[in-house]
Amino acid sequence: MTAEPEPRDARPMVSIENISKSYGHRQVLFDIDLTVAAGETVCLIGPSGCGKSTLLRCVNNLEDIDRGLVLVDGSLVGYRVHRGRLRELRENAACRQRTQVGMVFQHFNLFPHLTALENVAFAPVRVRGEDKAAARTHALELLESVGLADKAGEHPSRLSGGQQQRVAIARALAMRPKVMLFDEPTSALDPELVGEVLNVMRDLATRGMTMIVVTHEMGFAREVASRVVFMDGGRIVEQGPPHEVLRNPRHERSRAFLSAVLR
Amino acid sequence: MTEQASRAPGLADGVSPLARQDAVPVRHYGRGAVAVLVVAVVAMTAYAFAANPKIEWPVVGEYLFHPDIMAGLTRTLLMTAMGMAFSVIGAVVVALMRMSPSRIISATAAAYIFVFRGIPLILLLIFVGNLGLFVDRITVGIPFTDLQVFSRPVQEVLTPFAASVIGLTLAGSGYMAEIVRGGLLAIGRGQREAAKALGLNSLRTTRFIVLPQALRVIVPPMGNELISMLKATAIVSVIGGGDLLTVAQAISGSNYRTIEMLLVATVWYFAVIALLTAGQYILERRIAER
Repeated sequence: MTAEPEPRDARPMVSIENISKSYGHRQVLFDIDLTVAAGETVCLIGPSGCGKSTLLRCVNNLEDIDRGLVLVDGSLVGYRVHRGRLRELRENAACRQRTQVGMVFQHFNLFPHLTALENVAFAPVRVRGEDKAAARTHALELLESVGLADKAGEHPSRLSGGQQQRVAIARALAMRPKVMLFDEPTSALDPELVGEVLNVMRDLATRGMTMIVVTHEMGFAREVASRVVFMDGGRIVEQGPPHEVLRNPRHERSRAFLSAVLR
Repeated sequence: MTEQASRAPGLADGVSPLARQDAVPVRHYGRGAVAVLVVAVVAMTAYAFAANPKIEWPVVGEYLFHPDIMAGLTRTLLMTAMGMAFSVIGAVVVALMRMSPSRIISATAAAYIFVFRGIPLILLLIFVGNLGLFVDRITVGIPFTDLQVFSRPVQEVLTPFAASVIGLTLAGSGYMAEIVRGGLLAIGRGQREAAKALGLNSLRTTRFIVLPQALRVIVPPMGNELISMLKATAIVSVIGGGDLLTVAQAISGSNYRTIEMLLVATVWYFAVIALLTAGQYILERRIAER
């Protein structure tokens, strides 16, 4: 895979500083601070509607934020500073920035009119202007790394959910991102297909990819996460190493949530 | 259901003889009667045309390949092709404008669709055909200056053929814009989001992700629009567009074979529509395969 093994140092890869967001009158994020170090895997957990997906989508500027800053690898996301003021980036600059962050969606969102290989090679060619042959070679390597080299020529409709999600992961990796975001990557899968996707993610984490994962898979969080962040009502309630947060939650709300999920 | 009733006789003693026969299907006598009736009505109608002493079929055959008819047919086909091509381009532009985040652009597109979908084609054609009555010259230049790239009298530029194509395009693009918009809306938000997350700008997303998928939704109704467009060209005879029907009527004006000339035109419309329908069928099947 593309990520080079890196020591888990303290260099912040993603810094979320004091962000708030509302949809109309309903505020969904309240003054959130979160820093993710390079090579870290952070799992965001919490009841549905708690704002964890919205927070994730703010990291690659799929959502506007009302207040606060997001930095990826030290550079401001979605804005630039000009004469002491924040100015929204023009579309093409914002697009260039998004290429640093890979995203995997709950419903895969593969492009149905392209084959698996074309899905993976598409953005490197169209966005980064990579050479077609080189992009295809790289795409094939990525498909092989997620165990789908033999499905390269298939359209997504011919693949199982688990296979589609693995193609989607390869597609995101093709842009050689610095951070990977996963938005409930296994929630739409049949139970027997969850494992193959989690295996690919586990593999990525051990290779040192910086990952933020919104998930309900507590087993995965316990085993792979370097940190678990529990959110409720648009706020971070508590965070820490998985064995602490998942075994001995300190807050009433996290206890209630975890006892319901882990039952 | 009681156990008694569900049991076929003899079932208890091994394989019943009933299991070795085919069941008798229900007979649909009503269906048969309707079929006979339908055939009778069709046959009578066909006979009324074929055996009508007032229709001279040899005349139809004689004029079928008349040079004037051929010229009219060519013009009809050309008009359809041009009208369709310009309409599709216009429809994509108007549909994208309609979906613009800018309210002004979107409202302008909505007004365009309202006007050109609302106005009867015959009225629109008469308007465009008589543009010379209220506009003298067509001028292309920079407003409020004397710079002019192009300035000609309307009558010179706006031949009946040009007026016909413009009229068909205005009406067609209004209709088809809604079809295109429907196709674009059928593509889920997730597709745009995935493309955005990969760093595609909205133009590339539309071009490479949304449009190719929308095409599968758009093409089938567009086939119907093409057939409608072909038939609509007959209406340009009101401004002497020089199409098949105009020519057929012109000939009947001198030979007084009105019905025969209408039949000549009808035969050609059917022939072309049969070809288009076959093409549409093949195209739809190829799209469905993918």
